[in-house]
Amino acid sequence: MIQVIKPGFLASIQDKGRFGYRDSGVPVSGVMDEVSAGIANTLLGNSQDAAVMEITLSGPELLFETDTFIAISGALLSPTLNDKELYNDEVYPVMAGSVLKFGKLVRGIRCYLAVLGGIKTKKVLGSRSWYLSVTGMDHLSTGMNLEIAENTVIKKNPKSAKIHYHNSSVIEVGEGPEFDLLTESHKAQLFNGIFNIAKENNRMAYQLKQQVYKHSYSILTSSTLPGTVQLTPSGRLIILMKDAQTTGGYPRILQLTKQAIALLSQKSTSDEVDFRLKQ
Amino acid sequence: MNESVLQDILRFKQIIEDKYPELDQIPAYNSLCLVSLESLRFDALISDLKGLYVEMFAIQMPKKKLWNIPVCYDLSFGLDMEEFSLDKKMAIPHIIALHTAPIYTVYCIGFLPGFMYLGGLNRSLEQPRRADPRLNIPKGSVGIGGQQTGVYPQQSPGGWNIIGNSPVPLFDPSKDNPCEISVGDGIKFYPIDMAEHQLLSIQVDANIFKLKSYQTDDSSN
Repeated sequence: MIQVIKPGFLASIQDKGRFGYRDSGVPVSGVMDEVSAGIANTLLGNSQDAAVMEITLSGPELLFETDTFIAISGALLSPTLNDKELYNDEVYPVMAGSVLKFGKLVRGIRCYLAVLGGIKTKKVLGSRSWYLSVTGMDHLSTGMNLEIAENTVIKKNPKSAKIHYHNSSVIEVGEGPEFDLLTESHKAQLFNGIFNIAKENNRMAYQLKQQVYKHSYSILTSSTLPGTVQLTPSGRLIILMKDAQTTGGYPRILQLTKQAIALLSQKSTSDEVDFRLKQ
Repeated sequence: MNESVLQDILRFKQIIEDKYPELDQIPAYNSLCLVSLESLRFDALISDLKGLYVEMFAIQMPKKKLWNIPVCYDLSFGLDMEEFSLDKKMAIPHIIALHTAPIYTVYCIGFLPGFMYLGGLNRSLEQPRRADPRLNIPKGSVGIGGQQTGVYPQQSPGGWNIIGNSPVPLFDPSKDNPCEISVGDGIKFYPIDMAEHQLLSIQVDANIFKLKSYQTDDSSN
């Protein structure tokens, strides 16, 4: 069990996502940065489906009531265990009674805490990912008790896979279903222009500050996916993320790769984004 | 918005489901989105799907369901009903009669878990979305947005004109099948008064309410 002493800005429990219910309008949810969450799970020998804690911008304070092992990946958030400094992408044993805290944000915005065997909060519709109208909660709050696996013996952990990809501003995309609606001048704007992330960025969507030319194309409401780039009539670009609604009525001009979604998830307001069309 | 296009999509969905049960399928007005969690040979899948599309006209269309959904049009729920009535120069009982007359078709489920986009609204009830969306529309609110009508399955922001409220749950994550209604099904609203709304709400809270549906024999397909 992990007890939440302080919740931090926004932390939630996420696994790879909730699949098979999109036709009922249920968003996929799941970790925003699958690469970092995957590293933390891999280091502990967990399955890639194991639920982790996704910590955004500022960290919680957590009391471990069970012996376990942990690994932290993704954003650098100056973690300490009983006031001793920890490093990302390393495995640490944790004794019952230990307190994990986080400090200054150094790089990225989403940090992943994995525990041996995974966090075992309740599964709803096949997933442990928190999404308000499905799980009844969407962020940590003081006093919560989070079930974790009871494993205390760590398997020989597989080779760690450190990938330092967070610095790139290049977001790789494929063509979306309505890509062909774009004029050459739209395409030139999209692929030669420099974009910055607007302050409207969260688990549902990232908006971009710069707009492209206005247009008057509309589509009948159709399915959208995490990583779909929508173009509004006023020329605003909206990149849908894991908690985005499952359908939308704006043209879907681009589709981010899985890697690009993970990369974008570590970016925040004002950070630069350069779209590059996948060959 | 076209019912025969939707039937075409649902028939295709059915035949894909039989052959590729591992694919997630999300139907909408004029599209069907397939999602694979595993990587696959895209070109091979596309050519196979094209073949299936040609073959599918031989298959029997699955029977669709008709759902009866109670709506209370009391003004305490219908936040925009008076304004809507003045705007349309239509008496409220007439609006209720027109809104409860058709069998609506579920064209798409999206926006929120369990939110149905219903087609088949009487043209005289069409009304643009409100210029200023509300931040909190109560759960169960029944609204009109453009040519569509629907029920908000949970509290949410929204821009539709609210004319009533349904006490029945349209999305219940504690059930294996959280949303019993599917794209292609028919929806018929029927009016209830405040007392019935309260009674049904109590039944829903006590978990003894069951949404009723009928198989419709759609021999045209």
